[in-house]
Amino acid sequence: MLQIKGVSYKSILKGVSFSINAGDLIVITGPNGSGKSTLAKCIVGIEKIDSGELLFKGEDIREKSCTERARLGLAYSFQQPIHFKGVTVRDLLMIAAGNEKVDKYLKKVGLEPELYLDREINSSLSGGELKRIEIASVIARKAELYIFDEPEAGIDIWSFGNLIKVFKDMRKRQPNSAIVIISHQERIMKIANRIILLKDGKIALSGSADKVLPQLEKMQ
Amino acid sequence: MMDLDKIERDLMKEVSGVTGIPEGAYNFRVNGKSIGRHSSEKIDIIPKTDKSGIEIYVADGTKNEIAHIPVIISASGLEEAVYNDFYIGDNCEVTIIAGCGIYNCGASDSIHDGIHTFHVGKNSKVYYIEKHCGIGPGAKKILNPTTRLNLSENSCAELLLEQIKGVDSTRRLTEADLAKNARIVIKERLFTHGKQSADSKIVAELKGDGSSVDIVSRSVAQDYSRQKFCSQIIGAAKCRGHSECDAIIMHKAQVSAEPSLDAQNVDAELIHEAAIGKIASEQLIKLMTLGLSRRQAESQIINGFLK
Repeated sequence: MLQIKGVSYKSILKGVSFSINAGDLIVITGPNGSGKSTLAKCIVGIEKIDSGELLFKGEDIREKSCTERARLGLAYSFQQPIHFKGVTVRDLLMIAAGNEKVDKYLKKVGLEPELYLDREINSSLSGGELKRIEIASVIARKAELYIFDEPEAGIDIWSFGNLIKVFKDMRKRQPNSAIVIISHQERIMKIANRIILLKDGKIALSGSADKVLPQLEKMQ
Repeated sequence: MMDLDKIERDLMKEVSGVTGIPEGAYNFRVNGKSIGRHSSEKIDIIPKTDKSGIEIYVADGTKNEIAHIPVIISASGLEEAVYNDFYIGDNCEVTIIAGCGIYNCGASDSIHDGIHTFHVGKNSKVYYIEKHCGIGPGAKKILNPTTRLNLSENSCAELLLEQIKGVDSTRRLTEADLAKNARIVIKERLFTHGKQSADSKIVAELKGDGSSVDIVSRSVAQDYSRQKFCSQIIGAAKCRGHSECDAIIMHKAQVSAEPSLDAQNVDAELIHEAAIGKIASEQLIKLMTLGLSRRQAESQIINGFLK
């Protein structure tokens, strides 16, 4: 689905290469500053790579804007949810879902639609609520590749199990899509079919959860 | 029904939502003349005899009634000052839908100065909606509204003041005097573009204990337009006042905000907030990652902001 070949960006990413296939659930992990979020932003077009290749379903997407990449089927959940004045939760989800009914996306992330749909996406909502709305806006996309940047950040422990259920459910219902999650959480890594450890802008380790998790433990 | 052409009908709908004869009291003013007036059982509309305008009397205890008093100008070069006085009795709950639309395709400026004075009785609540817009390729469309409110004990007013588009110049003045336990909410939405200018001044004097004001101004200035917003809250009693001014500035526009607080009583609690800035890039990017173009994303953010 997506081939990342020798991607470099400033001094943050140094020749990163790997492929993402339909049905994959990949977790990218690594220390702060290792380039995880930057890599995600390069894939969805927020940042433009300096060198390397990005092929989405065989098409070179390097020169495509983030709008064009979104329309091709790439979806990205921000690590820090964005605040808006005047834009309601309903507005955001309807943009994401293309005007279909959006209640179900809020329910999936554990929020009651009647309590949230007409609220503005601003600081009147807690960090955890904003994060869940951010995730809902990405789930609402009919994407082929979903990238979630630290979806667990700000989510309380009670909602964490629900989050894992959301990813499992997505994988089951959309077998032709792929999910990439940037995370440090072992519980999320355990549901991945592949884990990639990024260190100093390079892939330091890559493989199945069974293979990589023990090595990560040894490194700690 | 009213004898209006399509442009006038569209403007009427835009500023007041009126598409036919509405229920309740109304006065439709088109090109300086009333083309339709109706009093209801409890709302009496009487034309002034000494100057241009009307007097609106709302009987004590009137509930859930609406009065429409829109103004349309389609005659280029028409200049008018209209004085409308509202006498709202005690224990009422009424909605006043005003608003003015100007179509100008001629060479002379068209100007409407609407001076509205409200006397709101005890325990009454009034909703006041005023939308302004201008269209047409001709000379300037100028609207200068003045709204004065005298709020009696335990009364409440909620104002929605909107300038939608196309108004070349506006000088807006909103003044309120509040007695004991009176409350006012003023929401202003201003959009300017091209070389338009907008000056808005809102003054609230909290004279009675327990009175409160909440001023929320949101504006968008595009192109070479210029906006100035001044709010002044005078707390002369045990009262609460809040003023919030947010502006999105784009292109070569200029915006200034001058919120002012004047506490004249130790128990006055007054707050102001003002923020001016361009559309945050992360907001644009977020919407673009949902498939909107940059232009669509800007439009979504602006429309939401001014909603």
